[in-house]
Amino acid sequence: MAEIILKTENLGISFGGLKAVQDVNIEIQKKQLYGLVGPNGAGKTTVFNMLTGVYRPTTGQIYLAGENITGKSQEIINHKGIARTFQNIRLFNNMTVIRNVLVGLHNQPEFKCSMIESMFRLPRHFQCEKAMREKAKSILRVVGLEEERNILSCNLPYGKQRKLEIARALATNPKLLLLDEPAAGMNPHETEDLMNIITRIRDEYDMTILLIEHDMKFVSGLCDEVTVLNFGTVLAQGDTKTALNDPEVIKAYIGG
Amino acid sequence: MEIIETLINGLSSGGTYAMIALGYTMVYGIAKMLNFAHGDIIMVGGYMLYVTMITAGNPMLGLIAAVIFCVLLGITVEKIAYKPLRGASPLAVLITAIGVSYLLQSTAQMIFGTAPKMVIIADMGNFEVGALKIPYYTIVTLVCSFVIMIALTMFVKTTKIGRAMVAVSEDRGAAQLMGINVNGIIMITFAIGSALAAFAGFFMLMKAPSLSNTLGAMPGIKAFTAAVIGGIGSIPGAMCGGILLGVVEAISFKIPVIAPYTDAIEFMILILILLVRPTGIMGKVRREKV
Repeated sequence: MAEIILKTENLGISFGGLKAVQDVNIEIQKKQLYGLVGPNGAGKTTVFNMLTGVYRPTTGQIYLAGENITGKSQEIINHKGIARTFQNIRLFNNMTVIRNVLVGLHNQPEFKCSMIESMFRLPRHFQCEKAMREKAKSILRVVGLEEERNILSCNLPYGKQRKLEIARALATNPKLLLLDEPAAGMNPHETEDLMNIITRIRDEYDMTILLIEHDMKFVSGLCDEVTVLNFGTVLAQGDTKTALNDPEVIKAYIGG
Repeated sequence: MEIIETLINGLSSGGTYAMIALGYTMVYGIAKMLNFAHGDIIMVGGYMLYVTMITAGNPMLGLIAAVIFCVLLGITVEKIAYKPLRGASPLAVLITAIGVSYLLQSTAQMIFGTAPKMVIIADMGNFEVGALKIPYYTIVTLVCSFVIMIALTMFVKTTKIGRAMVAVSEDRGAAQLMGINVNGIIMITFAIGSALAAFAGFFMLMKAPSLSNTLGAMPGIKAFTAAVIGGIGSIPGAMCGGILLGVVEAISFKIPVIAPYTDAIEFMILILILLVRPTGIMGKVRREKV
């Protein structure tokens, strides 16, 4: 059996008296493309926020590659290997495309260079900067943004900004990549392109990817397994086709 | 000749203002707070310089001691006073900063008394070419402050930590989720700001050797004005604002009619610039998205 990258046990969170998410059990294997779907307000982004340490879960545990990371701080969780994109894009707008990716590379041990070394511009500083640029370029190549690397990220078209967010997250060298509605606002052509990029990332980086998406064609075309959330609880889980065709799921989506 | 002298004088004191303004603007940009105790770091640096000079007698040693002590003080103040308030309302942080300011002033007063101390760093004489006569300390200040500003710009633009600082100032949450240690970056910012303040204190005492516990108060306010004029949060803005203020001050001092109103003129410039450009000269113009 393949290695389990992410496992949650009875994950739940309450805000005041409101149980926003409860009893979410997810198991994601290495190199899997896993979908998290559900109607608006089902708690999908809240799950992401718990996984990345933005919220501290009220109940349950999160294991990343067997290690318990529940309640750890955001940057520690990122160091351990979870990176994410955001539903509403949060790039560093006044930085160029490549600098955004360089920020993602900030904590990679292979590019270690102390403040003293940078301050006095010792050879190590230049070696390190050069290696980082090369690495950043190679990541941009994967998402198809290498040509645009010197443009300010706020001047990129919307679809490319989404891709840049993926590149920036990828730069932190995660074990698990969380994509929050990566195809939102994209046209069918861009969506298809994005599907190719995501598969490519999975294959080239042996990446495990958990994504939130509303576009069902996108989910069924890409994901091996899904979890369907509704009102913060798991409605259906498992093989994508079966879960999405579950009568309960259809009911939750179309109502009635 | 007098015009050139005035201009060089202005650039020189502008350089000092810019160095202090950088401390305000960087802390504001990255920690999103106004550190009103920043001016008093200058004063503490001054006393450190004074102590080192009466014990060791060497101004360079005094400068090094002042820089080290101010860096440690800046980091400590941030750790004890500001860090616990991260996420608290900005007003709580503001009033804490004012509290720290009074704490530093009063502590200095308790230790050194109210009588001003004379800190004579070196009598360097004047640089003279033809009719041009400029005190050497002016030139030293001018050159040093510009070198420091260029170095800082390079540091922020081309190093990993500089990049992380810009990232934190743009979106702290996203930066944290990209694995950047935000607390560490804020600490480094305070350290850099305090080191610059120590240098500024040294330059100020070179020009006017009288040291008291309110040494940093007025320059602090003026440098804050400079930071706002330049666009608070913007590093080149603080440099421009500081230099502008210094030059205006120098010119105003030279004109007898308006000389007594120099401070008023400086603050008027602040008001005028804010009327035209509410975000300052180089501040980001925020467009409302509909």
